[in-house]
Amino acid sequence: MKLYSYVWKRILTMVPVLLGASFVSFLLLRLTPVDPAKAYLSVSNIRPTEEAIQAIRSQLGLDVPFWTQYANWLWQLCRFDFGTSFFSKLSVGSEFMNRLPITAALALVSLLLAIAVSVPLGIVSALGKNRPIDHICRFLAFLGASLPQFWLAYMLIYFLSVKMDWFPLQGAESWRYYVLPSFTLAFSLIATYSRLLRAGLLEGLEEPFVLYARARGLGTYAILTKHVLRHAVRPVVTAAGMNLGKLFTGTVIVEQIFGMPGMGGFFLESVFHRDYPVIQSYIFVMAFVFVLGNLAADLIQAWIDPRLTRFEEKGGK
Amino acid sequence: MKDRHKAFANLLVRRRWMLYLSLSVLLAVVVCGIFAPYLAPHDPSFVDFSHKLESPSWDYPLGTDQLGRCLFSRLLYGTRVSLGLALLIVVACLLSGLLIGCLSGYSGGWIDHAVMRVCDAVLAFPSLILAISLIAVWGAGWKQMAIALVIVQTVYYARFVRGLVINLKQQTYVTAARVCGTNPVRILMRHIVPNMLPPLLVVVTLEIGWVIMDISALSFIGLGIQAPTAEWGAMINEGKSFIRSHPRLMIAPGAMIFVMVALLNLVSDAFGENKGFGSPLRRKSKST
Repeated sequence: MKLYSYVWKRILTMVPVLLGASFVSFLLLRLTPVDPAKAYLSVSNIRPTEEAIQAIRSQLGLDVPFWTQYANWLWQLCRFDFGTSFFSKLSVGSEFMNRLPITAALALVSLLLAIAVSVPLGIVSALGKNRPIDHICRFLAFLGASLPQFWLAYMLIYFLSVKMDWFPLQGAESWRYYVLPSFTLAFSLIATYSRLLRAGLLEGLEEPFVLYARARGLGTYAILTKHVLRHAVRPVVTAAGMNLGKLFTGTVIVEQIFGMPGMGGFFLESVFHRDYPVIQSYIFVMAFVFVLGNLAADLIQAWIDPRLTRFEEKGGK
Repeated sequence: MKDRHKAFANLLVRRRWMLYLSLSVLLAVVVCGIFAPYLAPHDPSFVDFSHKLESPSWDYPLGTDQLGRCLFSRLLYGTRVSLGLALLIVVACLLSGLLIGCLSGYSGGWIDHAVMRVCDAVLAFPSLILAISLIAVWGAGWKQMAIALVIVQTVYYARFVRGLVINLKQQTYVTAARVCGTNPVRILMRHIVPNMLPPLLVVVTLEIGWVIMDISALSFIGLGIQAPTAEWGAMINEGKSFIRSHPRLMIAPGAMIFVMVALLNLVSDAFGENKGFGSPLRRKSKST
């Protein structure tokens, strides 16, 4: 029961954030130095005469008052109708749906790869504290925090695709095309997660219940999996939720480098075409995914550690 | 127990050694950047087709690019661009963040509430993606990029400062000052802001590195500093077409970014308070 009410409360807190995000993405179009109607005409190669501008303004719904426009935008978002692209004249929603699978697959594979690598790495690093293996893991974490992603991508291309010819250069036709991009994206995540897990495990291993478990004769493996890991994983889950934004920012750059026809690459193209409806919708979708990711992280945390929901109810922190 | 003290002392010594080393290398790079006009063997934007794509030699320590420009000189000048712009952006963020955070944290009430709601709305977006969209609206260029980054980042600073202010506000000496009838601006300037400097210093060193990375990423995708200027990200973008024949054109500027960011990471890590190479700014707050 308690978990249910926590879930509902947490979902309700999303509403004002999403409203704010929809307003920011709406406002973006009002910040343009050029009239969006003129931008539309120049993208479509139509001569910007007075009546053409008027016609486009009413077509785009720019001739009604500010707040009515915002209400229309909100109503559009509720119906998942993102308008029409200036450039391709197709509906933005269908353009997104065509590209979403690639980006979603890339993000998901990277996240899973990051978790699959960083959990053992964190454990090994914590158990062998200050041994060579720990130093290696920490050095990797340091690299992950300092390497620029786009450069890492090119280094991988240079060494593994150009020199070794192990992986194809550009495209998204089979799983082989996903190896380098997802590794690029996962690398900095691995660094963050393994370090967080290491810190959590080291803290957890100092707890009195570990001593008690040892006194009961439990082995290191059992103590780790049954008692310590559960708590040490929590900051990693939070970080995973927070890092979704970084992951999606990464897909924008990585998709462009590896020529993958996903949403991120499409977004960048639209930036150069000044295709405002696409930009506006894309950042709203990103905000939505980001907020949803944070929600998921919080819920997983509450599931791992039910005490969190109780704290929330007391109204403390 | 004694062993533990010893280990702690060792740690301190090692950390200090790290700090001095990374600080001095950092300083060396900064000095090289400042004195780039004297140190650079060539003009970074001098195009000379008779020397294009040359391998490293005495004349050209790192060789030349596709337009015959000296790669080494371009890297040196790139230090000025990246570091200068990153400093500018971080200082601007810091000032605006301090202003907004102090206002919001100290006054509390509806002002605080309104400011935090605005922050929440901006924080709902992945920061670099919001910056890209702002640049998309205004057009590519270094000024637009700087303004976009400042707007997006200020929110993090404001929230961080607000948290610090709320903590410091409850200190006895602040209450004492209020009882004496000191005006709020004076309390903030004399009692609160100076006490925020140590954590802010850690944040700022780390953020400079992150901003350098953001600048280079944005310039790399062609939205930031534009091509003829010697900037590391833009240089990687130019060099990427020569990845097969002349990889050094893309390896060298990337290595520079890496070294700068790594040094700044090491310095801020040695300053302490920073666990896990994540900026305290980005941590999940327990606000409201």
